[in-house]
Amino acid sequence: MTNDQALTEYLLRLADTDMVLAQRFCEWCGNAPALEEEIAMMNVGLDLIGQARNWYDYVAELRDDGHDADFLAFRRNEREYRNLLIAEQPRGDYAVTTAKQFFFDVWHHLVLTCLTESNDERIAGIAAKGLKEVTYHRRRSTEWMLRLGQGTDESHRRLTDVVQTLWRFTYELTDTDQIEDQLAEAGIGAGNVGDAWRNEVARVFAEAGLALPEPARHFYMDGKNGKHTEHLGFLLAEMQYLPRAYPDATW
Amino acid sequence: MYAQQVDTGSKGLKSLDEMSPEERHFQEKVDGEVRIEPKNWMPDGYRKTLIRQISQHAHSEIVGMLPEGNWLTRAPSLKRKLQLMAKIQDEAGHGLYLYSAMETLGADRDEEIEKLHRGEVKFSSIFTYPTLTWADMGAIGWLVDGAAIVNQVPLQRCSYGPYARAMIRVCKEESFHQRQGYEILLTMMREGTDEQKEMVQDAINRFWWPSLMMFGPSDENSPNSAQSMAWKIKRHGNDELRQRFLDQTVPQLEFLGCTAPDPDLKWNEETGHYDFGEINWQEFFDVLKGHSPCGIERIQQRKKAIDDGQWVRDAAVAYAEKKQANNAA
Repeated sequence: MTNDQALTEYLLRLADTDMVLAQRFCEWCGNAPALEEEIAMMNVGLDLIGQARNWYDYVAELRDDGHDADFLAFRRNEREYRNLLIAEQPRGDYAVTTAKQFFFDVWHHLVLTCLTESNDERIAGIAAKGLKEVTYHRRRSTEWMLRLGQGTDESHRRLTDVVQTLWRFTYELTDTDQIEDQLAEAGIGAGNVGDAWRNEVARVFAEAGLALPEPARHFYMDGKNGKHTEHLGFLLAEMQYLPRAYPDATW
Repeated sequence: MYAQQVDTGSKGLKSLDEMSPEERHFQEKVDGEVRIEPKNWMPDGYRKTLIRQISQHAHSEIVGMLPEGNWLTRAPSLKRKLQLMAKIQDEAGHGLYLYSAMETLGADRDEEIEKLHRGEVKFSSIFTYPTLTWADMGAIGWLVDGAAIVNQVPLQRCSYGPYARAMIRVCKEESFHQRQGYEILLTMMREGTDEQKEMVQDAINRFWWPSLMMFGPSDENSPNSAQSMAWKIKRHGNDELRQRFLDQTVPQLEFLGCTAPDPDLKWNEETGHYDFGEINWQEFFDVLKGHSPCGIERIQQRKKAIDDGQWVRDAAVAYAEKKQANNAA
């Protein structure tokens, strides 16, 4: 695979993960546990879609095949989507949303930090802008991990249960595949952030009073290469409904 | 209007002679356009009326997120999704500062929200209508936010300071929403397919009359208007505001290339205003009484959100208390 081919794949992973997570935030609209959280979640969702759009725009330019960012978001099916598995998991209750977001934010922050040093100036620029936002996202989800972990017996129990369910998807945050290794080698991509991710998660788990599971191991699923859980298809069916039902429409 | 039929508890206006010295001083301040602030003396009826009005206004902002939230997960492009998210986020923000303004009057946000969930207080009739197509996002932005602005611009001069100041920020954001909503419809009409154009006309057909109803019944049937006007909570009559909204909206409707579902709508050279047909007030009163398309579902959803979130809020409080205790130790 050439670096250019690897790069579009790599950028789609970043974009699709942002997009899918933001879609899950949209599902919270009107359902948040407090008005302040309604606003905060919409904030994070807005940031993520803004970042997704920046990555999609770049992919569209690199591919130069007449398809724009909207096409990439709204016309690709679940086997073409490259998001991390953790992002597509159902929003669940606030413990699920918090844990998902925390696992992702720690990874996202590390990856964007690396990408600000990318040889590719476009990537470095997008990452630098996104990093400011993600620094806030990570702080926010970390605070919620502590609140739920240390709050009440119920919140602690809920969060513990959620960690058990979601943890298996975290191998995608600590492992890299050939595409990521190749781009890291070329000074373009972020490379493996697994050790730093585990350290940070361990630190927060300790403070939140949560037991840290053994590192997650790869299993059948592979979101980065389009092998998703069953949830993604429904998410995309809803999200892509209008552009697919009215392919000739302009919105 | 996001607050409709706000009860003032008044059985007729008092003259200055009939008032107690405190009341007279208060009324003279109001008459002299001096803003009333939270710590100033105010008649009990004024306080209660404002609490009713501001809480109803705040509830409407929050419930109003739901018909739009219905399309948030199905917004058709990145741009439209970002716009709608930002709009809904603004509405949550409006709700927050309206609740804060209300709390300066001694009311409690959680208690007022419970009253809403028990059906003891209302939210605006407009948000009980369903959003059936994407064009409804345009129609709501243009017509509903448009009607809200016409109502809220005079509220920027409301006699109660915190409410008036909240309205200044709210109005700025609503104007932006209105332009965005109109632009959604204009894009569909100018660049869209025939199906999209039909969608726009259908959305206008459904939201036209409910938008006119937002201003509330005619002034002669609005028993609380006179007292609210004397207190300068309200500056203009319902009919006057409705006419103002209509006069500014019809040219925009024509520019879109759409029509109103009102055969009696026509320009009146003599009055310099648009004439329009009879509003179905039975529908309006039915909606307020709860016999509405989605009123039950809207409240159920809000109640469920707050009920389901109880353990989350409990955890946040418990954590804050533990942290405080640790810091003190």
